[in-house]
Amino acid sequence: MAVDTSSQSVAKAAGDSARGRSRRPGKPEGKVRRSLSTHWYAWAMVAPVTIVIAVIIGYPLLRGIYLSLTDANERNVARSIGVNEIPATYEFVGLDNYKEALSGSQFFETLGWTLVWTVSCVAVTFVLGLALANMLNRRIAGRSFYRMFLILPWAVPGFVSVFAWRFLYNENNGLLNQMLGGVGIDAVPWLNDPTWAKFSVIAVNVWLGIPFMMVALLGGLQSIPGELYEAAEMDGAGPWQRFRNITMPGLRSVSTTVILLSTIWTFNMFPVIFLLTRGGPGEATQILVTQAYKFSFEISPRDFAQSSTWGVLILVLLMLFAAVYRRVLRKQGEVW
Amino acid sequence: MGCADPGPPDALRRGLPASPPQAGRSLVTTALQSPRRGRGRNHRSPLASFGLHATLLVASVIAVFPVLWVLLTSLKPAKYATTTDFVRETTLENYTGLLEDTPFLTWFGNSLLVAGLTTVLGVFVAATTGYAVSRFRFPGKRGLMWTLLITQMFPVAVLIVPIYNIMASMGLLNEPAGLVITYLTIAVPFCAWMMKGFFDTIPMEIDESGQVDGLTPFGTFWRLILPLAKPGIAVTAFYSFITAWGEVAYASAFMVGDENMTLAGGLQKFVNQYGAQWGPMTAASVLIAIPAAIVFLFAQRHLVTGMSAGAVKG
Repeated sequence: MAVDTSSQSVAKAAGDSARGRSRRPGKPEGKVRRSLSTHWYAWAMVAPVTIVIAVIIGYPLLRGIYLSLTDANERNVARSIGVNEIPATYEFVGLDNYKEALSGSQFFETLGWTLVWTVSCVAVTFVLGLALANMLNRRIAGRSFYRMFLILPWAVPGFVSVFAWRFLYNENNGLLNQMLGGVGIDAVPWLNDPTWAKFSVIAVNVWLGIPFMMVALLGGLQSIPGELYEAAEMDGAGPWQRFRNITMPGLRSVSTTVILLSTIWTFNMFPVIFLLTRGGPGEATQILVTQAYKFSFEISPRDFAQSSTWGVLILVLLMLFAAVYRRVLRKQGEVW
Repeated sequence: MGCADPGPPDALRRGLPASPPQAGRSLVTTALQSPRRGRGRNHRSPLASFGLHATLLVASVIAVFPVLWVLLTSLKPAKYATTTDFVRETTLENYTGLLEDTPFLTWFGNSLLVAGLTTVLGVFVAATTGYAVSRFRFPGKRGLMWTLLITQMFPVAVLIVPIYNIMASMGLLNEPAGLVITYLTIAVPFCAWMMKGFFDTIPMEIDESGQVDGLTPFGTFWRLILPLAKPGIAVTAFYSFITAWGEVAYASAFMVGDENMTLAGGLQKFVNQYGAQWGPMTAASVLIAIPAAIVFLFAQRHLVTGMSAGAVKG
């Protein structure tokens, strides 16, 4: 489809440039000029975004990378107190921050939990979302009501849901513990015990993530032609065989996309951890993103350099993941 | 997409598969087919039916309950906030207290301002790019697409420190403008990506007819495609509004003081200061969530279409 327009715009632009040439006879046309006259519409249209990205993402990104190579902290960055401008005094330290991050145990411990968190959240969300999508894809009374209720967590702003859960998880008088107390079970320290806190944050994130997963997979399921199932049934395929050989391949492109997206989202999921536990108790639920935030905004003096270093490392990890994921898909013949 | 108003009817009907007449027809055909299919895979034993309903019911309760419980709690007097009674005394005192004694309305206004500006600017800047990426082939397109994709996976941790320092040196910390600029780093790539998905669903014949009539590519975009893409743009705008509305990390780091805080930061105050003030917290939650949820439930069908279309075809 892109080919069509491109050929048309080429033809059109060729007309323009022909006119241009006739006005300025004999002027040599370089490669740049030619492609400028062919593509200037497209370039003009993407210019706003390109400029915005370069200015407000590209420049900070470069600065962040630079900061990760310095010893910047709260005390030595440029700042203004009242009318006095204090110039920056931090120095370039090369790769010291990276050495520090990668030689200590903290980074790898946090990374380990971040991976556990990401994999378990995505896996549980995917399995439950797939199960619910399959159920909703059947003819069943009240289907649209179930669907609406199941989507609800997605409709509520994330931080509101997280506070709602904090309310339920409250150790002394939260509803969950009162219900457990009602059947004679001791109060569970949902957010104050390292293991329970890990369980709790995963549960909340799964609760938050299922609606998107479910709706996306439901869309995928509905695009699988029903005739395939009928034909399979004629041939005597059982429900499990139909699921394995029709549903799963039919969902391939949708599920690879949602798994990639939700992996990246979960890896970077700041609000759930930050608002539920602040990474605690201790550092038990601290993921890389919240730890990087903690370096620059919660400890004193604020360690901007270390925070930037962790930020860059997170970005590198994610890009590696996306590249590997893409390569695996390509090997399996998936175009992405 | 049945809600799209008639506009240029032919184009719409060709472009959007689920326009009302077709939906009606498919309903009739499936109804006619149902006796035959009834004997097939849709036949269930009562036990399986029961299991299906029971599972869906339990899942629905788990999905709805936390939200519902917050709603119920917000209607209880604050002293009963942590009791398990469903309704003991219903009162609106949490709401009146919230609106009168706390800066909730200021926070609400700030959030509205910041998210609104972010949305308008984001959509405005990104619209032409979405179209160009959907329709043209040009040098640098691949690179741009990759940039759009990769910037969407930027963790907040990569940009937050440099942006914080830049904002500090420009005196934009604690200013809504600073937060708007910051949110544009999220909104612009996202809007461009999502709009590409929506433009992809509009058939090429419309562009071609525009060109035959002598419109420039920009004229085609402005006069033909943009009006057709209105539902998609609305959804994109809504989505980026919600993203800015619910953002926590930047808002918590950049905004201090009651006058400048947005809702995400404000709500934290109720829970962190001296334990928790669940009464105002639950009331605030309801006031934040209910309008968003209602609009969301109307728009959600299109949200997934746009996102998965953009992502899958990308």
